[in-house]
Amino acid sequence: MAKTDPVIIVIEDDPSIRRFLHTSLSTQGFKVFEVDTGKKGIVEVGVRKPDLLILDLGLPDMDGVDIIKTIRSWSTVPIIILSARSDEQQKIHAFDAGADDYLTKPFGFGELLARIRVALRHSMRPYEQSQTDIFITGNLKFDAVNRVVCVDNQEVHLTPIQYRLLMVLVKNAGKVLTHQQILKEVWGPSFKENAHYLRIYMSQLRQKLEADPAQPKLLLTESGIGYRLKVW
Amino acid sequence: MNMERPDPDQLLARVERDQAKSKRGRLKIFFGAAAGVGKTFAMLLAARERRHENIDVLIGVVETHGRKETAALLDGLETLPPREIAYKGTVLHEFDIDAALKRRPAIILVDELAHSNAPSSRHPKRWQDIQELLDAGIDVYTALNVQHLESLNDDIGQISGIRVWETVPDTVFEEADEVELVDLPPDELLLRLKEGKVYLPQQAQEAVNHFFRKGNLIALRELSLRQTANRVDAQMLDYREDNAIQEVWQVSDRILVCIGPNALAERLVRAGKRLAASLHAEWIVVYVETPELQRLPAVKRDGILRILRLAEQLGAETVTLSDPAMSEALIRFCRERNINKIVIGKPSRRGWRRWLMGSVVDVLISHAHNINIYLLGSPQLRERNDLPPDLTLFKKSPLPGLNQRTLAKNQKRFGGYFWATAVTLLSSAVGQLMFGHLELANLVMVYLLGVVFVATRFGRGPSILASVLGIGFFDFLFVLPYYSFSVSDSQYLITLLAMLVVGIVISNLMINVRSQAKVASHRERRAAALYSMSKELSNTQSEEEVVNIAVKHLYSEFTSLNVILFPDGYGHIIYPKQHGDKVSLRGADLSVAQWVFDHNEIAGQGTNTLPGAEAVYFPIYNEDKVLGVLALLPVNLRRIFLPEQQKLLDTFLGQIGQAVARIRFSEQARSTQMQMEAERLRNSLLSAISHDLRTPLATIIGSASAIVQENSQLNPTDILALGHGIVDEAERMSNLINNILDMARLESGVLELNKQWYPLEEIIGTVLSTLHKKLIDRPVKVKLPNGIPMIWADSLMIEQVLINLLENALRYSPLGSELEISAEIDLSCVQVSVADRGIGIPTGKEAQLFEKFYQTHHESAQSGVGLGLAICKAIIDVHGGKIYARNRTEGGAEFIFTLPVEQAPPTVNPEE
Repeated sequence: MAKTDPVIIVIEDDPSIRRFLHTSLSTQGFKVFEVDTGKKGIVEVGVRKPDLLILDLGLPDMDGVDIIKTIRSWSTVPIIILSARSDEQQKIHAFDAGADDYLTKPFGFGELLARIRVALRHSMRPYEQSQTDIFITGNLKFDAVNRVVCVDNQEVHLTPIQYRLLMVLVKNAGKVLTHQQILKEVWGPSFKENAHYLRIYMSQLRQKLEADPAQPKLLLTESGIGYRLKVW
Repeated sequence: MNMERPDPDQLLARVERDQAKSKRGRLKIFFGAAAGVGKTFAMLLAARERRHENIDVLIGVVETHGRKETAALLDGLETLPPREIAYKGTVLHEFDIDAALKRRPAIILVDELAHSNAPSSRHPKRWQDIQELLDAGIDVYTALNVQHLESLNDDIGQISGIRVWETVPDTVFEEADEVELVDLPPDELLLRLKEGKVYLPQQAQEAVNHFFRKGNLIALRELSLRQTANRVDAQMLDYREDNAIQEVWQVSDRILVCIGPNALAERLVRAGKRLAASLHAEWIVVYVETPELQRLPAVKRDGILRILRLAEQLGAETVTLSDPAMSEALIRFCRERNINKIVIGKPSRRGWRRWLMGSVVDVLISHAHNINIYLLGSPQLRERNDLPPDLTLFKKSPLPGLNQRTLAKNQKRFGGYFWATAVTLLSSAVGQLMFGHLELANLVMVYLLGVVFVATRFGRGPSILASVLGIGFFDFLFVLPYYSFSVSDSQYLITLLAMLVVGIVISNLMINVRSQAKVASHRERRAAALYSMSKELSNTQSEEEVVNIAVKHLYSEFTSLNVILFPDGYGHIIYPKQHGDKVSLRGADLSVAQWVFDHNEIAGQGTNTLPGAEAVYFPIYNEDKVLGVLALLPVNLRRIFLPEQQKLLDTFLGQIGQAVARIRFSEQARSTQMQMEAERLRNSLLSAISHDLRTPLATIIGSASAIVQENSQLNPTDILALGHGIVDEAERMSNLINNILDMARLESGVLELNKQWYPLEEIIGTVLSTLHKKLIDRPVKVKLPNGIPMIWADSLMIEQVLINLLENALRYSPLGSELEISAEIDLSCVQVSVADRGIGIPTGKEAQLFEKFYQTHHESAQSGVGLGLAICKAIIDVHGGKIYARNRTEGGAEFIFTLPVEQAPPTVNPEE
């Protein structure tokens, strides 16, 4: 195995899922380490400095959200969470604590792989560090320097709030942002309860940027959680 | 041979009595003629014997009055410590009934049956405590003097000159299982008295000395012996009935005691009681309230109430008839109830008045041929105002507003006299005009007209005044000699007399008509109140509704704050969870309510149980089962305890009980139906799971085991194909399990909707991206009109609905055919439709589609479990919308759901 192989740590208490992840990820050129408790997981992340963390939210010894908070206090490693279907609220807490992406069990391997690749790419080229860059995804071009937004090379006029909203999404491109996070970024902390503001502006933004606003290709809704700007 | 069959009702009653007795404790009364005959001594001896037989004997209360012989008998018997009650600065020692009930001995000794408890005790009288002990299945030994028996109380008072207020209803004595007469000849008793062996209360020394005269003692002894003998007679009769000895069967007597608002009433009741007891007959005390009697002062009406209550205590049935014609009402009642003996007072009208107006007794005698009538005379008519203490409550509370009413009446009456005078003057003026032109007889008619007018408008007094004045004026003005009151022609005397009689007769008639109208309107009002409540109650669907309606109507009919209390699952009366409106009573005493609920008897103010309570508590029952308790805080007790009001209240309670019972029954039926439904669902679920889970599992296990098979000959292409199969089947299973879990979550009722404002577009977008793999080769047309408002919903759930509808459409329409999602705004809702170009819905099955586990094609390959649409319906239901299906005219099926738009969706201010 090459030395440059990305390192992935899996924190999951179910042995058969661990085995499945280990086997399938290894064949895709990842170096996988697995642990079955949150405490061991935190130690492992500190020691191995992985490129990615896959974390099951339902661990027996610790609350998944606490694990994310702990790790986020000293690491920016991308975290993909695995969760059961019905705990939407827990998912939102996990994102607010700093998780990057999520998968609902049961999930297909292809889907997992896609999420891992996006997360790795995002962490390798964090947009925040290159403010001067022009960001391009699909047919969208976002020029932060000149404050110009183009779709299919046609300039699109955005209102200040629409622009701010798009900028927040671009900064976190590929990453799931919760309603709360976006509201806080765009409108400030006092608007946290007004999720419908966000939905209205998101709808406006889609009208301007998407060919078919009802079938968006870029501004994706993460049902019950928030939004994500798709990275092509 | 006379072979009359035993009356089945009577037999039934006896069986019930026997059954009740076997559960109840046994009451043994040690019965004596006077204090000092040795009742307590005999009772303690009997108790000691029981103790020797190893029976659990407890002494509740025994008064030794410091006698050494008696105190010695207490040795070795367990004594219950008395309850201490602080009362007006002193401490009273009372029998502790709660401790006794808790201790539950086999036999308890409670001396002095007639004792009155201290205020704030549960029952005012000790005999009521004993009833409760008996109800609890505890045997009771007690002692009683003959003078304390209710029905003899009056007679003994007259013999001895000492009246005791502490009385015991005869029923208690009659229902005692055993009565032991403790007899001591008067001479010996007097000897004991001299030796100081008889306890005498200090304060009444003289009276007591008077009481213990030999003559008195002989009379008392005779009474007690006779009472005991009567009991033995009754027992023998009972025994004979038990053993069905045919010859003694006779038509059972029914005695009617008629009372009126006079001093005789109480004696009539007691006499009726004695007659009934000696004949072993049923007896009814009736009071006919004529319109005149309704006008009696409140104190007198209360007196009647008191007598009726007394009669009830003595075991009579009491009836109040409301009828203007007393004798007719009585005769009718006698026929209805098969009365064969009447006890009634001697006619009070004497001499010519009786001859002229007749009397009830005379009418009864002439009409009721087969009825024996017992007349009771009164030695002297005396008003009794010294009501016993527990009944004085009726004295102190006349109807509020009564004084104002009499004042208004007085004004009206004086107005009447004024008008009488005015009308007479007017008649005289008219007469003066006609005088000379017309005959004198016609002038009389003018005056008569005036009298009639006054009689119709102002009643008897003014009409008599008008008659008398008219006679005066007529005589003075028109009869020779003019301007003098002397009458020269005696024939005018007849004219004058006729005028007077006509005036009185007409005014009487008018008064009767008016009061009958008043009674009728009262009755009509009551009937209307009852009708309106029962009508409202008949439409109720829930217990809460019943309670609200009942409380409202009870308040408007009895002007009393009230509350209806129900027990919780453990039979404990609790406060209603929701607070009623302003007419409902707060602060009902739950312990009283509990007692009422447990005993199915009325309690609280104005009753025999817990009279210290502020409110009156009535059991609400249906078919002998107590359902709840009504607590009523009366503004005025009379409004509740007047016979007609009480009857109305009883009817109200009956109606309420019925309504509650009806709702409980239907709830029970519903829950049974729900259980059946649940059973059916469980079966469908089992069959669904067994089929729909096993099929994919079979594929998964089969394919996977083929792959892992040692030395398998599979090439990579085969493995890939098998792997795809596994993935597909696993996904199918996952969907199924999600559906089952969703359904369970929706049906458990614990689900909380997270409703927020969402653009419909966003929800549809999410759904399409979720299903995007399945929709790859299916064109989806989305038609959303501009300006469609945001919807107020739980987005995850609405997404689930759309996903299910789309999957359903995919399943039942050909590959490559178009799907269409569209929305419309209606007046009060947003309407969303998912349409396909498939096979459509079998006609008539449109509604069934949304039932759980419904599948158009059973066990087909196109399988779902038949939960998808049921989940849609459940979700739309909790959102307050509707979902339905129909076939499209151009082919294919269309599923439509609506979501109500309850409030205006929020907007944002456009940016500058």
